[in-house]
Amino acid sequence: MSRRVDLLIVGAGPAGLSAAVMARRHGLDVLVVDEQPAPGGQIWRNIEAVSGTPRAAILGKAYGDGIDVVRRFRTSGARYEPGTRVWQVEPGPRAYMTRNGTASCIEAGCLLLATGAQERPAPFPGWTLPGVMTVGAAQIALKSSGQIPSGPVWIAGCGPLPLLYAAQLLKAGGRIAGFLDTTPPGRMTAALPKLSAAAFAVPFDLLKGMGWLAAVRRRVPYVPRVTEIEAIGGDAVERLRYVTADGRSATVAAHLLLVHEGLVPTIHPTLALDCLHVWNPDQDCFMPQLDGWGETSEPGVFVAGDGAGIGGAAAACLRGEIAALRIAARTGRLSDAGAAAVAEPIRTRLRRALAIRPFLDRLFRPRADLFVPVDRTIACRCEEVNVASIRAQAAAGRPGPNQVKAFTRAGMGPCQGRQCNYTVAHVLAATEGRTVPDVGLYRVRPPWKPVTLSELAALDTTDMA
Amino acid sequence: MMSAEPIDTIVIGGGLHGLSAALHLARAGRRVVVLERSWVGRHASGASAAGVRTLNRHPAEIPISLEAMDMWSNIEAIVGDHCGFHANGQILVAEHPRHVPVLEQRLASTQAAGYRHEELIDRAELLRLVPAISPHCTAALVARQDGAADPHRTLQAFRRSAEAAGVVINEGFGVTAVERCGSDWRVSTGQRDFVAPTIVNAAGAWAGRIAAMIGDDIPLGHKASMMIVTERVAPLLKPVTSVVGRPLSFKQSDQGTLVIGGGLQGRADIDRQKSFVNFAELAKAARAATDLFPSVGTVRIVRTWTGMEAKTDDYLPIVGASPVASGVFHAFGFSGHGFQLVPVVGAILADLIVHGATTRSIERLSADRFLRRRAAE
Amino acid sequence: MFEKLRNPEGRPITVFVDGTPVMAEANESAAAVLLRQGPVWARTTPVSGARRAPYCMMGVCYDCLATVDGVPSVQTCLTPVREGMRIDRQLGRRSVAS
Repeated sequence: MSRRVDLLIVGAGPAGLSAAVMARRHGLDVLVVDEQPAPGGQIWRNIEAVSGTPRAAILGKAYGDGIDVVRRFRTSGARYEPGTRVWQVEPGPRAYMTRNGTASCIEAGCLLLATGAQERPAPFPGWTLPGVMTVGAAQIALKSSGQIPSGPVWIAGCGPLPLLYAAQLLKAGGRIAGFLDTTPPGRMTAALPKLSAAAFAVPFDLLKGMGWLAAVRRRVPYVPRVTEIEAIGGDAVERLRYVTADGRSATVAAHLLLVHEGLVPTIHPTLALDCLHVWNPDQDCFMPQLDGWGETSEPGVFVAGDGAGIGGAAAACLRGEIAALRIAARTGRLSDAGAAAVAEPIRTRLRRALAIRPFLDRLFRPRADLFVPVDRTIACRCEEVNVASIRAQAAAGRPGPNQVKAFTRAGMGPCQGRQCNYTVAHVLAATEGRTVPDVGLYRVRPPWKPVTLSELAALDTTDMA
Repeated sequence: MMSAEPIDTIVIGGGLHGLSAALHLARAGRRVVVLERSWVGRHASGASAAGVRTLNRHPAEIPISLEAMDMWSNIEAIVGDHCGFHANGQILVAEHPRHVPVLEQRLASTQAAGYRHEELIDRAELLRLVPAISPHCTAALVARQDGAADPHRTLQAFRRSAEAAGVVINEGFGVTAVERCGSDWRVSTGQRDFVAPTIVNAAGAWAGRIAAMIGDDIPLGHKASMMIVTERVAPLLKPVTSVVGRPLSFKQSDQGTLVIGGGLQGRADIDRQKSFVNFAELAKAARAATDLFPSVGTVRIVRTWTGMEAKTDDYLPIVGASPVASGVFHAFGFSGHGFQLVPVVGAILADLIVHGATTRSIERLSADRFLRRRAAE
Repeated sequence: MFEKLRNPEGRPITVFVDGTPVMAEANESAAAVLLRQGPVWARTTPVSGARRAPYCMMGVCYDCLATVDGVPSVQTCLTPVREGMRIDRQLGRRSVAS
């Protein structure tokens, strides 16, 4: 038997939690489901347990601030089902999910996808070796498990997160073997024209970021303008080779390499729903096409938070509230004019929260070579398909991603293309002389999270159309 | 703009049946152009479970199916690749004693018609062939020479050998009109027009629309058969296994994935060329799979999909010359079981087009049967 | 590869990695526990047999799959540990236990 709610929210990060609070304020019946065992999303992971402990001081204010949002959510009256994996959404909207080994289906008046972002897949030779992880993964280990690398760690990448994590790690007493900055030359020049607006609106964020960079440059070996990295080893990383813009290369001993090249919105759910998507040239990613309230091209399905385009936690909260207001109006709890009026000051705050984005997007825009790795690089981690195989397909015609998938198996593994979809699109685009938005991504085949045969077998389908 | 080079046959549809017809015609010396709206293998052929099955086929299909089986046994000689075909058998299981008579009657009727490709086996032999099957299963009908292939590998092999034989494949060429042009046919696409004396209509789910363009009003339904594929698991079974009275076809691919189908239907949007999985319905296949193979319960489903194709009222394909339009030959309506017939149907179309007749048995597959019924209504 | 910071609030429990008892903290993920074992890896792939270790820690890479309490292919980064949990590294194509 399927359940029915006014609003189903997928994801208990900043956007999902804020939307739930706002929707409850207007009397909606709200259910929040989330993969994680506790609310907070990736940014505020494990905040309820960590808040007030020494670990919170290491993680900093932006992390600690999350506790207020989580507490408001806890007392909002929204139902909350952690440890739930949503694996399919259909027009209706209707969502299929599994919790504690039991699959079920929920019919929702409206669906809000607050599924956040993932780190941009950044393939390089050796990136599948044990000992290579993302910076985000190491930070999650710090937040959720209170652990840090036991030996000196190499950090390579571009973006605020590697700097933030490096600063946190140093504060926690960790050691950094070296920081390989892959930000290409000239980014600061490109970004500076965007600085005045950013500095005017959110000087705090900017100062914070500069502080991290200063701390890292002062305290650890810092290598700027890194253009290539390669992890080398048998069963695990043993050495790390890097090349800088001046053509010099170095090979160093390494046992743990953390990499990060920015974030991309989680769009599997909206791709599976066949929603319209647009290319964001500033963030080199696709995102769902949304109206001013966060509604997708599929009626009743909304997206808020980083899934709507990378904007950070503050913007995610505000986008969640704006979507919730529209949904409240849909259910008649609020007039359209009322929703618009309540949303107005939130929109002003959202504009302010997003003001730094053009600056950050330009400053941390990944290097072009990142997207089109050398032939021997594994593109699809699951099926172990290398870039050369993708190129060979492209050379034998003008296939799209779905044909490449059929003929190479790239994208057919359990991650459903989450780690190779952009690489395949970029390699095809480069080889065929097309653009990535023209090439597009694989079709997403449900379930977009694995579900077992017995879970599907036990799906209660009575009173379902 | 007209095509410059003279063409003998225009094949509409770049699925396996279109490619096979093109291949056989080209090898008979004909100049062939394939017009494919999107890309080769986009719909049913690329979404096929690729079962190579003579087992439990309709009597009208048995003769050509048995010949196709011989061709599959020799497929490398035909298309230069083994197509991932393994003759590990197909098995139709009777779960309960009450299902055994169904198998016995089937066997009696095929044997009475003189066929020997099917065999009834008891539980002991079933468990020997499929040790992972639930021991509650009672008996089974088996066709030991049957098996399954790899659909994508098969597509590539047919495409390569067709092109090697001189076939010109035009992808992204959707047919917008088919008209008489003297004694020839003019086929219009978004890009350009093609003219040839003969046409093969192998347009799959959209073949009824092509048929209507030349005056054949053939009632046609659609299928959007759903498939499940799982993560890779250790070797579990070799034969393709299905079961009496339940929607299940269960096999393991070379990669180790379990491929589960059985004809459960998703939703097809023929106009938008899209189809959608219905999980409430697909749960039945998962139930049947876990009932017959209790050990697979924790195996993770990695993907599901649907493939669109045409379905006729009697679930038999339409293969042969158009009853109303000379020079037009149909090959569609395979109703969910056309993969195995691919090599032979291509040969039949080449017979009809090159020699004007075939000795192969297709009497009951003619479009006439629907047109006559229409007229009588 | 990783080590825990001192955490007076943490509730220590025992889990088993490939049969060996190791200390863990209630509610941390099984993948986080694997990161403290040496050498760090969760599985070998079903394709080439190469070793893989937790990579993303947020449920999108599927490289932290392991057998948890007898169930193969569990995403250990999404699985909180419990007292007595058995985490076994998974080799190649998972078995289909009957």
